[in-house]
Amino acid sequence: MQKERKISLQAQHHQLSRTSKQLAVLEEINQQSFTDRLEKIDRFPLKPTAIDIFQVNMGKMCNQVCKHCHVDAGPDRKEIMTRETMQWCLDALDRSNISTVDLTGGAPEMNPDFRWFVEELSGRGKQVIVRCNLTIILANKKYHDLPEFFRKHKVEVVSSLPHFSARRTDAQRGEGVFEKSIQALQMLNKVGYGQPDSDLKLNLVYNPSGAFLPPDQLGLESEFKRKLRDGFNIEFNELYAITNLPISRFLDYLVVSGNYEDYMQKLVDAFNPTAADGVMCRNTISVGWDGYLYDCDFNQMLDLKLNGGSPDHIKDFDAEVLSKREIILNNHCYGCTAGAGSSCGGTVVNE
Amino acid sequence: MEKTYYDPKDLKKFGNISELQPELGKKFFDYYGDVFKEGALTQREKSLIALAVSHAVQCPYCIDAYTSDSLEKGADETQMMEAIHVAAAIKSGALLVHGVQMMNKIDDLTM
Repeated sequence: MQKERKISLQAQHHQLSRTSKQLAVLEEINQQSFTDRLEKIDRFPLKPTAIDIFQVNMGKMCNQVCKHCHVDAGPDRKEIMTRETMQWCLDALDRSNISTVDLTGGAPEMNPDFRWFVEELSGRGKQVIVRCNLTIILANKKYHDLPEFFRKHKVEVVSSLPHFSARRTDAQRGEGVFEKSIQALQMLNKVGYGQPDSDLKLNLVYNPSGAFLPPDQLGLESEFKRKLRDGFNIEFNELYAITNLPISRFLDYLVVSGNYEDYMQKLVDAFNPTAADGVMCRNTISVGWDGYLYDCDFNQMLDLKLNGGSPDHIKDFDAEVLSKREIILNNHCYGCTAGAGSSCGGTVVNE
Repeated sequence: MEKTYYDPKDLKKFGNISELQPELGKKFFDYYGDVFKEGALTQREKSLIALAVSHAVQCPYCIDAYTSDSLEKGADETQMMEAIHVAAAIKSGALLVHGVQMMNKIDDLTM
């Protein structure tokens, strides 16, 4: 087991904190490139279907330093979205008919303008999703009322809980995270989240705590429900099983642990053309903390800006032009097409 | 000549056994694939059985394969360790139950 880190790769001046180095490692695979693979099945260039989800990365600051984080987020990261950029996001949304806004980070709640932004979105009738790491709710007194704030604005809460055992969760997310996550889930349940007769959605995210692929989503959901209900009296709606992509800290883990080659082989062997049809970049646009636009949060973290010719900053957002762009691909994309596929909403193929 | 009898890379070449006897190789792999499909037992239960048997037959390739497979089928470390304790109990029980045979022979040979 690797020693627990308390600082980001960037703060360590680690070579993999540079996206050019990450891309060089991703180029090194012995298998067919992802682009060639798509060409072979006549899916290249990959084009969007529409823009249904507007995903906003509100900053890289986080109270946790998870070992698998593709954002390399942590308390030492200072990149944060300004209110001015949020206003540009609102202006862009006002010019489109996108109904779902997915807020992520870092811990998005640590952005000082987070609540203002949620209120503005909610006032416009948008369906707001917050990717909440759970422990933020207990991290400081000023966050204790987040469950109530979420309830008020009918925010859909999506939270990571890699496993129903403390050992597996803490190994990935840090010591004591499991216990705090359980407390936070109970607080969310208390205001009505995840309850069978409630419209307040609480969805959990499972991702493997190591160099292996996620199991069948539905089977795992039943087990999570049983274990969390019996052990902690916790209710939730759906479980999303997400594959770890070989980016940033998870890439570092793969390289250091000697699992990189085998993991990439595993992803390539599990390539599923049906999953390729349903990848999230086809219906999502991702906005970086500084307003730049990307095909997905992973491309954002690899600094793979939108294809030349498309508007690449939120100030110039044009849904019609963007929906005709070519999606930027690289070998990390094998992570979204393995097995039943993987997206921010879990698997993409219903088997 | 190889310096060791086992090479982890050989696991990926398992399918190559069909090269010298395609017909039987195909029958074996078809059967193998069918055995591990979801049935009266779940895929996870089958994977845990395979993990335990891998230890009993002391096959390093199988231990490698079914450790990964058990994790990917959603098993946790406690379940996996319990599974190999089941194999260990049967292995040691199988040895110890032969003690009865030894005791019978002792009775035959001693006054």
